[in-house]
Amino acid sequence: MSATVFVTAILSSMLINNIILTRFLGVCPFLGVSNRIEKAMGMSVAVIFVMVIASAVTYLLYYYVLAPLEISYISTIAFILIIASLVQLVEMVIKKVSKKLYKGLGIYLPLITTNCAILGVVELNINAGFNAEYGMWNGFFVAVTTAFGAGLGFALILFAFSSIRERLEHAPVPESWKGIPVSLVVAAIMALAFIGLGGIA
Amino acid sequence: MNEKLNLMKEFTKGIVSENPIFVMLLGMCPALAVTATLETSLGMGLLVIFVLTLSNVLISSVRKFIPENVTIPAFIVVIATFVTIVRMLTQAYAPALFDALGIYIPLIVVNCIILGRATAFASKNKVLPSLIDGLGMAIGFTLAISLIGILREIFGTGAIAYGVYLPLGIQGSILNIDSPLFNIAILTGPAGGFLILAVLLAFFNSRKIKKAEKLKAERKRLAKEKRAAKAKEVTA
Repeated sequence: MSATVFVTAILSSMLINNIILTRFLGVCPFLGVSNRIEKAMGMSVAVIFVMVIASAVTYLLYYYVLAPLEISYISTIAFILIIASLVQLVEMVIKKVSKKLYKGLGIYLPLITTNCAILGVVELNINAGFNAEYGMWNGFFVAVTTAFGAGLGFALILFAFSSIRERLEHAPVPESWKGIPVSLVVAAIMALAFIGLGGIA
Repeated sequence: MNEKLNLMKEFTKGIVSENPIFVMLLGMCPALAVTATLETSLGMGLLVIFVLTLSNVLISSVRKFIPENVTIPAFIVVIATFVTIVRMLTQAYAPALFDALGIYIPLIVVNCIILGRATAFASKNKVLPSLIDGLGMAIGFTLAISLIGILREIFGTGAIAYGVYLPLGIQGSILNIDSPLFNIAILTGPAGGFLILAVLLAFFNSRKIKKAEKLKAERKRLAKEKRAAKAKEVTA
């Protein structure tokens, strides 16, 4: 188990398999909160936070509870419940610990439950079979690192995209292309650029 | 008669005036992710029709028993249960579709359209309207993503294949066009999803703007006529 495994895990989940541009996960918040940079950053931090914790918890739940009992077919129900309750818990903890952080993240947390990026990354992590490849605990750390990388990728794209969108507001766009359509064109061009990154792998 | 008319309205609003993809902009993830070909779009649409209709029916029939502060978790469990059912059915009867859709089948759980209809409609209405509403919305969703799928497949590969993912019993392809214009490889990739959706949304926007302008012009003309008539009256 060397450090390169973790570096590869972060880089590949952040850039090569970027969750927004190559897997289309989390497109709703991507279009919804990306009109201001501050909003986009608040959402990204909340997503990274919940994504990492959710991946850790669901990994343990899957391999210690669902797989031994052979009830892995209910994994979807179990995962979504874990995520929903986790979001509530995180919200309560943040509210208690830091009023300032709560003010910043509070409004984004309820939205995260139905953010497909979280459930998507969790499912991808389980499907990837890190458990078989690296062993139980090493696999756990690879899964968490992958989730962190995916969250970073989400933040990176959201930041770049919201910066472009702020400028796009002042651009002379044809009436019918204003708003979402022109943003989707920007996303398409960004997705094209990310195809190039696939070559590095 | 009136009731029947209302039900018809509930049904058609999901397809046209409140189309989940093109008007409400909900459920974007599957609309982009599984629409590389017509068949995967149709397959996803069928699964959503199943889940949305049944979850709407179940939620509206138990709506009076769900305590108010756990409505969302209760809805999510109902939806997740139906998703698990379709996941197992797909794996058993359409394994190719199951492989092609991959993680997007469990992700139907977090499709905003389904939870949206549960909170906005099924939790407030009777069973029959909820059934009609769910069916209409899901069919609207299916038609919308099929349109994206058709465009992406035709312009990306120049043909429409059938029998590859859906278990139809026959396999082949129709409309084989051999032209560089219909062989744009990026349209079948991730960028194509964004691009085609952008073009379609812009098209629908431009139609809406034209309609609004027409209406405005019409109203102006009417107001002018009225004023003219009034002026005539005064002079007379």
